[in-house]
Amino acid sequence: MSNVRIPPVLRETTGGSRTVTAHGATVDEVLGDLFVRYPALRERVTTDGELSPFVNLYVNDRDVRYREGLATAVGPDDTVILLPAMAGGAR
Amino acid sequence: MAIHARLGARPGAPAPPWANVVESIGNTPMVELRRLSPSPRVHLFAKLEGANPTGSVKDRVARAMLADAVRSGALKPGQTILEPSSGNTGISLAMIGARMGHPVRIVMPENTTPERTQLLQLFGAEIVYSPGAEGSNGAIRMALELAAADPTLYMPYQYGNEANPRAHEETTGPEILEQVPDVDVFVAGLGTGGTLTGVGRYLKRVRPDVRIVAAEPLPGELVQGLRSLDEGFVPPVLDRAILDDKYLVSNRDAVIGLRRLTREEGIFAGLSCGAAVAVAVKVARDMDRGSVVVLLADAGWKYLSTDLWTRDLDELEDELEGSVLW
Repeated sequence: MSNVRIPPVLRETTGGSRTVTAHGATVDEVLGDLFVRYPALRERVTTDGELSPFVNLYVNDRDVRYREGLATAVGPDDTVILLPAMAGGAR
Repeated sequence: MAIHARLGARPGAPAPPWANVVESIGNTPMVELRRLSPSPRVHLFAKLEGANPTGSVKDRVARAMLADAVRSGALKPGQTILEPSSGNTGISLAMIGARMGHPVRIVMPENTTPERTQLLQLFGAEIVYSPGAEGSNGAIRMALELAAADPTLYMPYQYGNEANPRAHEETTGPEILEQVPDVDVFVAGLGTGGTLTGVGRYLKRVRPDVRIVAAEPLPGELVQGLRSLDEGFVPPVLDRAILDDKYLVSNRDAVIGLRRLTREEGIFAGLSCGAAVAVAVKVARDMDRGSVVVLLADAGWKYLSTDLWTRDLDELEDELEGSVLW
């Protein structure tokens, strides 16, 4: 079971939880498990079955867009991090 | 002994004088980070952009955007320049804009370091503060509103201005290839995406197998003040297709990287440089051999008041949760 970190902007969909746990061996399966329990999360995070352009999803510290996308493997000790796309910082 | 011998050496001839400080932008040093490289077969190099006149890579971008605007007629003599920036770009625009005779107004999050305010003011810029809780996104939103309400302002808008990546495609990229012809991986902080996109375009044209890797800040809870995901932001100049990998770096790991740079290599750099180095070392660890170039976007001067180098890490981590530093 992996840990999933929920950003402040999405916490209303998880009843305020910062971190939730989810089953699944891929990002797709982890999200599927979350969407069953937190249905409002689905439309916020995905568009037409793909990650929404304004959402970044990381397995540990790597952005899955540059790996295998929703098919990226998730291990039981991995942390999945959801974040809104933000402008860069001190630039 | 060898080091002492080299300290006295002066390789190459000194460059002739530039006509003015703006012309001296770029041509920054490249140094090998032998102490940080995890393997003697992987060469790790740092491009020191802090050597630019106002201490950051943004001098290249500001110069290019203003030159482009003058050429196209978008920037008229004496017109006020407005720009959202959490520091470096604003300071570069303030210096170059003042030299060109333009008033400069910078929209900056209120929770950056005091050095940024000092530098902007000493170059004569006016500062408009945006809500700290909204981070850089808030500064962008406010600047766009100000520009829409007052057509007399000229906004270069680094996040959407093609002159930003083009400056890197035309200067930073060629310099890197000249300094490290066998570069295999290029690492830089994400920011506007201009550096990664521009350098990536150039390097991939010449060396198609080169990998372009981004270091992205893990935003603190307190600067994620978005009301909805629709307020999220992907900079228009960022070409996501150029990137091969993107790593999230916590403030804690960025500070650790920064301290290693200072203590092991003697390089005084800004916080995003610590993050970029953390990623570069991670990438180098997975390589059998090759060359990694990491771009260090700024020098450490603008961060001195935060005591990034000396304070207790846990204490610092709590404070950085609520600031916009990189």
